[in-house]
Formats: sequence, structure tokens, C-alpha cells
Amino acid sequence: MSEKILLRHEDVPDLRRLEVYERDGGYQAARQALGGMEPAALVELVKASGLRGRGGAGFPTGVKWGFLPKDNPKPRYLCVNADESEPGTFKDRQIIERNPHLLIEGTLLSAYAIQSHTAYIYIRGEFAFGAKVLEEALAEAYAKGHLGRRIYGTDYDLDIYVHRGAGAYICGEETGLIESLEGKRAYPRIKPPFPATHGLFASPTIVNNVETLACVPAIVSRGADWFKGIGPEKSPGPKLYCVSGHVNKPGVYELPMGTSLREIVYTHAGGIRDGKALKAVIPGGSSVPVFTAGEIDVAMDFESVAKAGSLLGSCGIIVMDEDTCMVRALQVIARFYRHESCGQCTPCREGTGWLEDLLMRLEHGGARPQDVDLLRRVADNMIGNTVCVLADAAAMPVQSFLSKFRPEFERHVETGGCPARGDRLHPAAAAAQA
Amino acid sequence: MPTLEIDGQRITVEDGVNLIEAAERLGIEIPHYCYHPGLTVAGNCRMCLVEIEKMPKLQIACNTRATEGMVIRTQSDRVKEVRAAVLEFLLINHPIDCPICDQAGECKLQDYYMDYDRQESRFALEDKVHKEKALDIGPLIMLDQERCILCTRCVRFLDEVTKTSELGVFERGNHCAIDLFPGRRLDNHYSGNVADICPVGALTNKDFRFRARVWYLERTPSVCATCATGCNIDIHHRRGEMYRFRPRHNPDVNQYWMCDEGRLSYQRYQGEGRLLQPVSREGDRWAVRGWDDARVEVVERIRAAIAAHGPNAVAAVISAQATNEEVFLADRLFRGHLQARVAALSWSPADALHDDFLIDADKNPNSAGLRLLASDAGLDAVIAAARSGAIRVLALLRSDLLGPCGESLLDALADSVEFVVALDTHFSRTAEIADVLLPIGSFAETDGTFINRSRRVQRVREAIPPPGQARPGWQVLSELRRDLGGPAVPADASAVFTELAASHASFRHLSYARLGDAGLALEGAPSR
Ligand SMILES: Cc1cc2nc3c(=O)[nH]c(=O)nc-3n(C[C@H](O)[C@H](O)[C@H](O)COP(=O)(O)O)c2cc1C
Ligand code: SF4
Ligand code: SF4
Ligand code: SF4
Ligand code: FES
Repeated sequence: MSEKILLRHEDVPDLRRLEVYERDGGYQAARQALGGMEPAALVELVKASGLRGRGGAGFPTGVKWGFLPKDNPKPRYLCVNADESEPGTFKDRQIIERNPHLLIEGTLLSAYAIQSHTAYIYIRGEFAFGAKVLEEALAEAYAKGHLGRRIYGTDYDLDIYVHRGAGAYICGEETGLIESLEGKRAYPRIKPPFPATHGLFASPTIVNNVETLACVPAIVSRGADWFKGIGPEKSPGPKLYCVSGHVNKPGVYELPMGTSLREIVYTHAGGIRDGKALKAVIPGGSSVPVFTAGEIDVAMDFESVAKAGSLLGSCGIIVMDEDTCMVRALQVIARFYRHESCGQCTPCREGTGWLEDLLMRLEHGGARPQDVDLLRRVADNMIGNTVCVLADAAAMPVQSFLSKFRPEFERHVETGGCPARGDRLHPAAAAAQA
Repeated sequence: MPTLEIDGQRITVEDGVNLIEAAERLGIEIPHYCYHPGLTVAGNCRMCLVEIEKMPKLQIACNTRATEGMVIRTQSDRVKEVRAAVLEFLLINHPIDCPICDQAGECKLQDYYMDYDRQESRFALEDKVHKEKALDIGPLIMLDQERCILCTRCVRFLDEVTKTSELGVFERGNHCAIDLFPGRRLDNHYSGNVADICPVGALTNKDFRFRARVWYLERTPSVCATCATGCNIDIHHRRGEMYRFRPRHNPDVNQYWMCDEGRLSYQRYQGEGRLLQPVSREGDRWAVRGWDDARVEVVERIRAAIAAHGPNAVAAVISAQATNEEVFLADRLFRGHLQARVAALSWSPADALHDDFLIDADKNPNSAGLRLLASDAGLDAVIAAARSGAIRVLALLRSDLLGPCGESLLDALADSVEFVVALDTHFSRTAEIADVLLPIGSFAETDGTFINRSRRVQRVREAIPPPGQARPGWQVLSELRRDLGGPAVPADASAVFTELAASHASFRHLSYARLGDAGLALEGAPSR
């Protein structure tokens, strides 16, 4: 697929300016839909396109919109999830910073589809530049009548607000995001009830990812069949793949869903740095099970990756070369989850800390022989028993690193710390080894 | 009304009942920390996970409502394993303070550890995350952050019940801690409740800390006597001493809560100033008297006054601090038997603390009972008659006249009335004008009933015996009645209540047994 939909700004300079965006066909889909389509028809169109959420879970977008109750008199809200905090994931930021009108048009279409008159773009606090770009783009859109009262002369009104988050990973979890928007601590909510019925301000609410919404204008202008024609039947459409780690060309690549992981790593991202061998790849952001070098012949779509034993997640592909210490890598991941656990649920609050403590000992010395098994069991005890899946996100890498690279962990116990890098050893462990 | 099966037993419950409550009705305990029936569901502790047929994941019982046909297992291996894991996680950073922790004996961490865990810690002690200990966060409450298991009950109580939101959760992950918002103190009128609902020893009540091991304490169900709401309480006591009041659940009165003033009110009954023996005035000092001796003097003074000046020369003031039994006996004796004057006293300071929740501006526990059971000649009229010399003998039942009359009028009364007898618990400014003081038991030292502001009849009980030679008020009044030619002394307060119920239509359907621990609303009673 040579034509870019989501990364079109790479071909069209200055696409983030409204004038350029309009000249390039921008807001045509919005005019078309608001002028002639019933909202329900738009929901059906998105259903028919097979678009699945790009925020991690891959739930069909149109189906989710259909869960909104028909007879609830309360206002409906659309929340744009621009929190993007999964390690290894930096795709939404591309759209936000370089093609903000695509997101705004997608938001306008989606809000119209679900008959919401207020949308919030919840953007990660650290994305200061992105927030500024969005504010400017919104001002332009209001000025030209793409937002506000009686858009395009119809009787449809929409306001979009940018809300800067507090800078916590958990603010990206949809109910944590809602709590945070309401001005509270971003504690994910227990479900039921679900946001579709009791979301923002206890009203029906849809939370969608930036990339998800950015797909909608093209679906409207080109049709569901066009969208379905890209990639595999069950997970169609263009996809942004974020590649980071030990590759020659890290970056964001727009490719059809289902592109092979090997192709992404070796062709698009230019292969492994310094001609080294590949050791492992995390396909979907730090929270999913890892693949070994031999497991990368997998199509990158929701079904195929799941069948191969991992998850597509947010498509944050993290590449590790042969020199990578897997214990160290896992400890870095564990440190993130410990730091970001909202602390609400017992297994997550305490488990994430315990995991990292065990990994610290393995990496820096002081681990006991039973600690490798203990690590595994602590992870097992965290999974499936918490309010949100952050606990699973912290535990799944531990399980998979241990099942695929266990001898490395055992060697750390034997050598009393990391055998690969003496400089990383805890002074006590280094002394013991000397 | 769904019917479901829990551990092989079937039960039908109302719609909306959660699985913890449904199981409880079958006598099955699903362990829980964050769930409290008086607060919203947080679902964070993860202790209440149970297996539900056809659901792949374990579900939290606190947030799952009973539905038709559900099949629940609360004791499967999987459930037990997860419970042990949750406890292991909780105990990672909880200090092993038990020997010095004031919550020992009523700590859910201790209890559940013994019930469901009992394994050695696999966590190294030196890795514990340390937090602040013994933080003084309010006039009544101390916080130990290390002991906290972050169930957020306290936070929810302050958000949802008092709506004052002094506490919050700060930091993330295992550095999370409960703390005051900057610049705040936990000083609302209901602050004591947070210590009651904290399932571990993280929040403790300064007033009770280190005073007693809870397993030594006895509990007697009673009712707070500090305002007209009549919050249901348990009196915790040992060897004749009260240690604390704790709210007792009553959905029709106080739900799960009580105010701080009521909570601390036990202190006033065991502090200084209690009357311990009958005394009479001899010149400018008090002389100790035997009970019979003192009573005989009172009876003779009353007889003499009536003989010389007629029944209008005697008057009694009965206050809304008295139980129904006391009001009934006093009214029967003075107005009914002697045909003397009776005035009802229900006084509270004009600026009395009150709110739209529990705290009532009427600081008497039994204004409604007094209105119902005592005839009232009007306090002002009786005082005026006393000032004019028309009243020779004045009897005061739990009646402190300082508030309604003021100092100078009190002194004037002392001059104009020949003989004043007071039945009360404490020495007071009013007691100074008395000639004889008869010590009676406080509401915690006597059996009886009060009628609260919503006309609910509720029992108080003799949790501890009256101190010294003090006696229950109903007994003293019955003896006076007998000595003045009335019927024999009833065996106990419930016999008085039976007599009362027989003579007042609105009580006719009631008895102590029917009142139980929760009390009953007075129906068909004329509302005055
Ligand atoms: C811990 C956690 C963090 C998450 N962070 C994000 C995020 O940063 N951005 C995002 O779009 N979705 C995130 N999600 C997923 C959202 O909860 C939600 O599924 C998503 O926004 C739905 O949008 P979609 O249907 O368009 O994918 C996160 C989920 C979890 C459990
Ligand atoms: S799983 Fe972790 S992050 Fe999610 S709600 Fe529970 S404590 Fe918070
Ligand atoms: S202080 Fe007590 S009530 Fe409050 S969160 Fe901690 S354990 Fe729960
Ligand atoms: S509200 Fe009234 S009855 Fe209740 S505890 Fe407080 S003083 Fe006692
Ligand atoms: S009681 Fe259910 S999760 Fe805490």
C-alpha cells in the first residue's frame, strides 16, 4: 500500500494548517455526512467497514457505538483518548502534532454518528506541543464553521475541548480517563456499569483512540468496502506500526493490517542495528508477551498475533538484539508498571512492586534460587483479578519472558547479578564475584 | 426476587442484593475489606472474589448482584488460592505491629490471615515500603499509613457521608498512602466514624487508643442520650467502667454512624462530680445520709406541705433527660397521686449544634416521651408560683434549671422555696439550691426507654451498675410512691413499662420484648 491515509502529512507539507487540509480534500467527508447521512447510517457504515479500535483491545468501533442506550435523556459524550502512554507506542502523537484536522474531522464524524454534542480530547499532559497544535487547529475549525453551532447550516452542534491530562499511564485506561476528566484521581472504575450507559458525568459515553477516529473520514469518503479491502477480513484497514529498539530506522510506519512482523522489522525499519542478530520482539507495546527471534513470521493483525501467543495491543514493536539482557529489559518494564499502577487494587499495587524488587535482585545481585519461581507465581496471582488490566499488563511480560528466556534468569541467580554487564552489578555482588 | 445457589444452598433475595449480603443471610462469610454496606462499592481490595458458574474469571462479590439461577462457590480451591494471594500481597507492606497495635482483636487482617492464609511470608522484610506512623490528623483521629491497606473506606465516608473530603489517596503503586489534603484537618463532627470503619489499625481513636484490649470489653446495646436523634450505640465496658460508645446499625435512625459529641459523651458520666450517696444540707455543708433516712425526710416534707397548704404547695419538674419510665412514675406520683403541679423541662442552648443529618438541636434524648407522658403546668408558671412562696416543696427530676432560669433566679428560688429535693446524677449549680440530693443512675446505668425525634421508642440498658450508692431512677421514684401510699415497688423497669403501656393508648401494643434492640415507631400516638 503506497497511499498514505493516516500519515498523509508525510507527503503533503503543512497539512496541519486548515487551508492546506481543506485544499487536500479535508472536511469533505464531514460535509458529505452531515449534509446527507442519518447518524444511524453512519454507525452502520463504520460497522460495515470492520474498523476495530486502535487503542489496544481491538473492539469493533461501530458495534461499540451501537451499545449507547437509545432512550437515555442524558447528553452523550465522546472522549478522544490521546493519552498514548504505552511504552514503545508513539503513533497517535504523529496524527495529533502533524495532522490535527484529520483527528478533528474524525471526531466530528464520530460525534455526529453517536449524536454527541460535546467531545473531549484527553491528551497526555506531557504532549504540550500536541495540545497547542490541537488548540490552534480547533480555533481554525471553529472559525471556518466546522465546529460550533449549526455546522454547515445543519441543525447539528458540536463543541470539542482539549483537556490536558496529569501525566499518568492509567489516565489512558478508559474509565481512568473519565474519572480524570471529571477532576478526580484516575482510578479505573469497576464494571458494570459500562461507560456506554454510565460514563462521563454518569452519562452515556464513548471513548475512542486517536488512530481509530482518524480512520473514519476515509471510511466515509471511500466507503466501507474500500476499507475492508485493506488487510485481513477480520482486522481490516491501514495501521500505524511504531518500531523502536535496536533497528536501523526506528519510527512510525503506515502499512496494511496484517503486514508481517518480519517485513516490518527487516524491510521497513531497516533491520537490526550494527548487523547484529535479533533476540526478541515485543509486538504490541510493553504489556504483551514477547516473541523470540524465531517467532516473527506473524501477520500483524489482532487475530494472527493472538493466535501466535501474544497481542497486537497498541502496535508498539520493541526490537531487542542479541546483546540484550532479558532480565534487565524485564526489570525496566516492571519498573514502569510499578511506577504507574494507580494503587487501587491489592494484587496490582503490591504485586507490581514485588515483581520489580525481585527483578532488581536478579539483576543487581542478592536473588535466592527460589526467586525465579516466586517471580512467576507473583505474576500468576496478579492476572485476571483486578479492576483494570494494568495488572495483567505487568504480569504477562513476566510470564512470557520467564517461559522463553528462563535460563537467563537462572544464570543471574548463579552469578549473583547480571553476567553480561559487570558495571551493572551491585557493589556487593561484584565483590562476591571478584 | 432472584433465587440463587451459594455453596450448594438455595436462597431467594430481593432485587439488587449483592453476593456478600446474600451469602451472609445463609451464614456464609465472604471475606471483604473495602466493602461497607453504608458506602458506595469500590471493589479494590479483591478479597471477596468468588467463582460464578459460566463466568471464566472470578468475580468480586461486593459488586455482583444476585441474579436468577446464579451458582456461586465461595470455598473452591481457586477461591481459596486467590484469597491467600490477596492476603500475601496485603501483608507485604503491612508492618507486624500486632503486639502493640490497638486494633488487635478487631483487625480484619489478623482475622482473615488466620482463616485463609497462614503461610510464611515469601517477601523479605527489609524490602518493605516505609510510610508515616502515628500521624495526628484530627482532634479525635490518629493515622498510621504503614498499617493502611488502602481500602478507601475512610475516603469514601468523608466524600459521601460527611461530604467534607479531608482525606485522599496520594502517590501511586505501593507508595500510595492515605493523607490529609494540604492545609486540612480531620475535624468534622462525625470524624470518629472513620476509626470504626477502618478494617485495620490504620485509623485509631485517640480517646480509646491504648486504654483496653478489645477482647476484655463487654458490649451492651443502647441509645445515645446526647440529642433527640437517639443514635443506636453499643456501650463497651468492663468492670463497671465505660470505655467507648460505638454506633450500632439502625437503618431507621442513624444507619451506621454517630456524631463525635455523642461518641465522647460517656466521659461525662464517669468523670468528676457524680453523686455517689444521698446527702442533705446541714448548715453550709452536705451530710451523708442513708437511703431510707433521706427518703423518709423527703416523704415527710411532702406530706407536711400538703397537710398545711394543700397539694398545690408541691411541684415537680421533670426533664426530657429522664426515661419514659421515670417520667411516667414521677407524673403518676406528683400529679396523679398527690395532685401536685408538674412542669416539663426540655431545654437546649439557643445556639445548640445541629445539622441536617444526625445532630439535633434538641439536646435531650426524650422530649417526645416527656410530651407524651407528663402533664405540664408550664415551667414559667411553676417557677413564678415558687417565687411567690406558693410552692413549699420542689422536686427536680434530672432537671438542671441553670439554663432556663439563670443564676440569680436559681438563688431566688433557694430563698423562696422551703424544701428542694433533686434526683440526679451530678452535682451542679442547680444541686446547690437543693436540701436533699438523691443519686440516680445515668442512662447507661439504668433500664428504660426514650422516644426519639421521629417518635421511635428505643431501649437503654443498665450496661454498668450505678456508681456508689446511686440507684436507678425508676426505683427511687417507685419507693417514694410506695412511701406516699402508692402501690408496691415493681420488680424491674420492664414492669414499670408494662404499667405505662396499660395506661397510655399509644403504647398499648408495646413491650420490652417487642422493642428489641432496634426499637419501634410509635404509631397512632397523638402528635403534639
Ligand atoms: C492501563 C491501560 C492504559 C491504556 N492506555 C491507553 C492509551 O494511552 N490510549 C488509548 O487509546 N487507549 C488506552 N487504553 C485502552 C483504553 O482503555 C480503551 O480501550 C481505548 O481507548 C478504546 O478506544 P478504541 O476502541 O478506539 O481502541 C489503555 C488501557 C489500559 C488498561
Ligand atoms: S489493576 Fe492496577 S492500575 Fe488497574 S485499577 Fe487496579 S491498581 Fe489500578
Ligand atoms: S486508613 Fe483504614 S479505612 Fe482508610 S484506606 Fe486505610 S485501611 Fe482503609
Ligand atoms: S447525633 Fe445525637 S444521638 Fe446521635 S450520636 Fe450525636 S448526639 Fe448522640
Ligand atoms: S470487598 Fe469486594 S473487592 Fe473489596
